Amino acid sequence: MKPLNIVVCVKPVPDSRYWDRLSLDPKTKLLRREGIPIIMNPLDKNAIEEALKIKEERGGKVTVISMGPDSTFDVLAWAYAMGVDDAVLLSDRAFAGADTLATAYVIATGIKKTGDVDMVILGNESLDGSTAQVGPQVAEFLGIPHLTNVEEIKFVHDDTVHARCKIEGGHMVVEAKFPVTLAVNSEINDPRIPPVHGALWATEKQSTKYTAKDMDVDEEKIGLAGSPSYVPEVSNIDTQRKGEVISGDPADIARQLVEKLKADGVLPEA
Amino acid sequence: MTDTYSGIWVYAEQRNGKLLDSGPELLGEARKIADKRGQELAAVVLGSKVAGLAEELAAYGADKVYIADSPVLENYLCEAYAPVLEGMIKQYKPEVFVIGGSTIGMDLAPRVAAKVNTGLAAHAVGLDVDDNGCMKAFVPSFGGSIMASITCAVHRPQMATIPPGFLKKPEKQEGRKAEIVNVEVKILEQDLRTRVLEVKTEESKVKPLESAEVVVAGGYGIGSKENWKMVEDLAASLGGSVGATRPACDEGWAVQDEQMIGQSGKTVHPNLYIGVGISGVIHHLIGIQDSKKIVAINRDKDAPIMKAADYAIVADYREVVPALIEEFKKLKA
Repeated sequence: MKPLNIVVCVKPVPDSRYWDRLSLDPKTKLLRREGIPIIMNPLDKNAIEEALKIKEERGGKVTVISMGPDSTFDVLAWAYAMGVDDAVLLSDRAFAGADTLATAYVIATGIKKTGDVDMVILGNESLDGSTAQVGPQVAEFLGIPHLTNVEEIKFVHDDTVHARCKIEGGHMVVEAKFPVTLAVNSEINDPRIPPVHGALWATEKQSTKYTAKDMDVDEEKIGLAGSPSYVPEVSNIDTQRKGEVISGDPADIARQLVEKLKADGVLPEA
Repeated sequence: MTDTYSGIWVYAEQRNGKLLDSGPELLGEARKIADKRGQELAAVVLGSKVAGLAEELAAYGADKVYIADSPVLENYLCEAYAPVLEGMIKQYKPEVFVIGGSTIGMDLAPRVAAKVNTGLAAHAVGLDVDDNGCMKAFVPSFGGSIMASITCAVHRPQMATIPPGFLKKPEKQEGRKAEIVNVEVKILEQDLRTRVLEVKTEESKVKPLESAEVVVAGGYGIGSKENWKMVEDLAASLGGSVGATRPACDEGWAVQDEQMIGQSGKTVHPNLYIGVGISGVIHHLIGIQDSKKIVAINRDKDAPIMKAADYAIVADYREVVPALIEEFKKLKA
């Protein structure tokens, strides 16, 4: 069977353990994210794991690609430590402010620059935006089919893959010819933890960086200008409620609560 | 350029020829936009032998129903569905197109948006119209700690996905009529590079958490699988569904895929939510904040959930829950 050229898309995201530190600048209405560590989007580790498994079985090459500021190199180092062959960072101030469409355009352009690809694998959604839109849109810009919510990949022939995709209450199995984009969920595998020597080796590996100029992108399709959707307003969500304390002995508490809930009209009709 | 676009469209998803609730739910929300914009409200159905669904969609408020009926559309395949929608959008030029955020809707919507080069707001929880006549889609971000309003000023149609079970179905108006538009499907099976080999689904017997009117959730404070039964009994006494926190799922008391509420789990919007033995970390709270009334039962008066609750009961749940079950049972009598 022929070896496969696999590209995995990864996204740098703010670590969700620190999201309570996110705040809104009252003047600019922009999100303040200072001091929040950047990590690899968790599902992208599943994507890398799956790509590595396929490579181990079939032979070939695994390249990770990401769009972000230079600090994203730290995230790519993790990918190297897991064992990928190559890492490409698409980084340019002109890419900033992109919505999913402009992001997908840049990533697809970057993928094309790496050469002919058999499979693009990515996490089904990201921890921060969680739109699940970039995968299908990258595939559209590449002109290849996509499958989402992939929970199992099986190989059958040299040029096709069978993927099991999760849907409500079950799954569907779809056969796709290469090249194809697969957005995977967390059921698909358990990502490997990089060995210590992998981490050391990763620091030696140099990622490639492409700017807008290197990629020959259409300037009207990137960054803010290339983004049809934008966010004119953001506001904080307050979870605080009045927290009225109900006390007494258990039977008493139960009676009081039922009275109040009745008055609120939230009890199901008998 | 934007004023050549008119009409508010709703994607009415069907499976095996049966309409999902998301179509009617979206028709209810999109009706408000249609009225504000003074435009007609249309439902879009793709599938095989689905013409019969038009009547139902009319009853839920569609003024027009576009039907693309073809054997090639029998099973959902993005590769077949997306070009059909692309063709329809280019021909009929709707101003707004909203799609239910099922697994299939989330697979389809971004591909269609990219094909017609427009913006798409994901997981919107509500829609409105701004002063310029543009649609605003409200989207909770960063696990729900921040609400973003997403707008698409220049590109058309303005698109959004809305999670199923989030909106209430409008009243059905039997006998209401809609104009039917049959759409020609030119997709050929032999041109497709993907093919469905198998579809396997089971209808869930329990009401999904997302659409439950009463949710009783338990946390780590429940302490054991035996005691978990009390959470289930409390839910049963109100005909409600049982939810859980991540630690409770990790302990194996509840099933993560179906029952975990919060940032990486489900968002619930019941009339009544009762949290038992839950401390209330933000990841859980953001999943319950749309509940009309929140009741928290916890021994610790300083637990964060107490401040996020309408009613805080500082007590041992093992004493209060049986008393509550008894009281709730009286309601039925």
